Amino acid sequence: MTSLTSGTGDLAQISSDVDIAGQSDGHGEHGEHPDVRLFGLATFLVADGMTFAGFFAAYLTFRAVNPLPENSNYELELLLPSINTLLLVLSSFTFHRAGRGLLRGEGQACRSWLAITAALGLAFLAGQMVEYFHLPFGLTDNLFASTFYALTGFHGLHVTLGVICILIVWWQTRTAGRIKASTPFGLEAAELYWHFVDGIWLVLYGILYLL
Amino acid sequence: MTLASPSDFQAPQQSSPDQGGPRGLQPEGWLRYLSFSLDHKVIGLQYMVCGFLFYFLGGALAGVIRTELASPISDFVSRETYNEVLTLHGTVMIFLWIVPVVNGAFGNYLIPFYVGARDMAFPRLNAVAFWLIPPAGILLISSYFIKGGAAQSGWTAYPPLSLTTPSLGQVIWIISVLLLGGSSIFGGINFIATILKLRRPGLKMMQLPMYCWAMLGTSILVVLSTPVLAGTLILLSFDIIAHTGFFNPALGGNVVVYQHLFWFYSHPAVYIMVLPAFGLVSEIIPIHARKPLFGYTTMVYSIIAIVVLGLVVWAHHMFTSGTPPWMRLFFTIATSFIAVPTGIKFFNWLATLWQGKIALNSAMLFACAFIVNFVFGGITGVALAQVPFDIHVHDTYFVVGHFHYIVYGGTVFIIFSSVYHWYPKFTGRMLDEHLGRFHFLLTFIGFNLCFAPQHWLGLNGMPRRVAEYDPSFTTLNQVSSVGALLMAVSTLPFLFNVVVSAFRGEVAGDNPWKALTPEWLTSSPPPVENWIGEAPLVTHPYGYGAPADRLDLKMVTAEQIWNDPKP
Repeated sequence: MTSLTSGTGDLAQISSDVDIAGQSDGHGEHGEHPDVRLFGLATFLVADGMTFAGFFAAYLTFRAVNPLPENSNYELELLLPSINTLLLVLSSFTFHRAGRGLLRGEGQACRSWLAITAALGLAFLAGQMVEYFHLPFGLTDNLFASTFYALTGFHGLHVTLGVICILIVWWQTRTAGRIKASTPFGLEAAELYWHFVDGIWLVLYGILYLL
Repeated sequence: MTLASPSDFQAPQQSSPDQGGPRGLQPEGWLRYLSFSLDHKVIGLQYMVCGFLFYFLGGALAGVIRTELASPISDFVSRETYNEVLTLHGTVMIFLWIVPVVNGAFGNYLIPFYVGARDMAFPRLNAVAFWLIPPAGILLISSYFIKGGAAQSGWTAYPPLSLTTPSLGQVIWIISVLLLGGSSIFGGINFIATILKLRRPGLKMMQLPMYCWAMLGTSILVVLSTPVLAGTLILLSFDIIAHTGFFNPALGGNVVVYQHLFWFYSHPAVYIMVLPAFGLVSEIIPIHARKPLFGYTTMVYSIIAIVVLGLVVWAHHMFTSGTPPWMRLFFTIATSFIAVPTGIKFFNWLATLWQGKIALNSAMLFACAFIVNFVFGGITGVALAQVPFDIHVHDTYFVVGHFHYIVYGGTVFIIFSSVYHWYPKFTGRMLDEHLGRFHFLLTFIGFNLCFAPQHWLGLNGMPRRVAEYDPSFTTLNQVSSVGALLMAVSTLPFLFNVVVSAFRGEVAGDNPWKALTPEWLTSSPPPVENWIGEAPLVTHPYGYGAPADRLDLKMVTAEQIWNDPKP
């Protein structure tokens, strides 16, 4: 296609090799305009963040105006979630290393860092499961319990999806896979998403466990 | 110094644009409209036709409501059925008709033209967003036929009412709204990316047609507020299915939190429904008044102001929900402030019309009626923002009247106006003017007859959502029902017009309105790639009546492109 920059419309140029309908479909191709997929993902993450924001607002309001009945059990252990927080923060750094490895053309290093990231994510999920099974309250015991499970469960779903994405990215970074230094979108998208999930957890940890 | 004559902007006849060549797996002809097409124009029309089908359904439901309310006793349908019909009417009209059509249909069709792109930023996501709608709609309607029936708690689904009505219908309602919300968010992401990132090089933001700004503002509202509704409805479904107590006072929950979260979406939803209409009317009026849009910059800033303010006014729906005085004060003031940017837009439209060369065709009639209706709805809106007045009329027919003046008198009038305006572009044929004006007359009279009396009824205390009422309200309710009947009849000439004109209508040519906005600078209907050749750079989309040499015609007209001698 001709350059689209001629503001005054140098018309003699245009007709020479324009992209006439029928020659190429163009729809759904990403070659014709700048790649805005990461921008789109970021917009989606803003939306996803608003879902969490709604949950957080509900939780904080419940906490402020709905005192729990006497004898309600809502004590949380701090040790395991704190370890989990460390794992998740660490995994953001390992993912970053994986991305750097890909761009530098160090395929093997990239794949190793990805595997470590996925393992950290799985460890987080395992820790979450252990915590769930040892908590003294169930989903419907009281308002705090319900909100606790809703928040951590919704976040856990995000982590699960993230781990699946990392494994797909890991598979696609193999030699002759779809993701390489020249086409890093899949990895970049998964990384952006993973940092987002990590950031949400930090807020969640702050208001649910520390506050 | 010659005046820029409309012929400068008339694209040459490009009848039957060549759409040949290998099209891959995309079907040809009308089958495209039933396929997972990635063409934004096809998707736009898919939204449109699908939306109109649901409009007729929602209208039939409204007919049931008005027939029931023609007499003070519950005689036409059972009370439970009335509740279901009421809920389905609201949900269908908002989530399956207005939001998809005024955003999805016109947005998908027009925005790529306006930014000078060949398609939306994410065509596949776009198709997914559309194809979420039919299943969601079918799901919602089918819930009427299941055991226990459809949801009965109104389109707001307030707990504890939504926790005590038959649960299966309510859960299906939630799933359906979640699907539609997802569709809306995907659409919003697409519009934001397209408007911000896909503009033709050289095209500045402040040169975009106003509908782009309106859709940008709308999409920001969609992306920020719809997820909150989704999260809230998920919590509500937990309350229904798993018997948690988020919103159940009997289990220590808090119903007011639901109301806050719900209105955090549903007040912006009003702007999601009406801001695109503001944008569309800003396209239509300058063309048919042959004048530049008055106050472009103030229009842009008022859209931004409406978006920002629209996010912080939700609790004015909750003045009677035990809202503390400081909150009432804040939300009254914030809501009243919205009247300022809205008023700016209103006066800008009037100033655009002022001393214009107005063609009072069907599109313009609906657009002018929009201004009248919307001002009336806007004034009652400011009144409702005032706490003492709101407490008096809360949950009465005054609110119903106000709301329908905004969404029907406002948005639906503009949808009709836009159909008359863009039908030649969609199909290459004109709609019949006489039928169009007849349609307008019936709609305008029917609409005002239907909803104006409801203000009086509400002021005198007739509660909304109830099938029975005090017999002293009978006469005005019958007037309202006659108005509704007139509105129902008014769709017949419209329907006849759009169907017959598609085959027998006068051939429109590429630019029947002699317009300057980019979608008219191509053939009607446009080729798959929107323009043969390069997209025109339209820096003055409203340059009507300006001398040609003052127009700064960096603009590449379609005529220039097509008349260009081959090298």
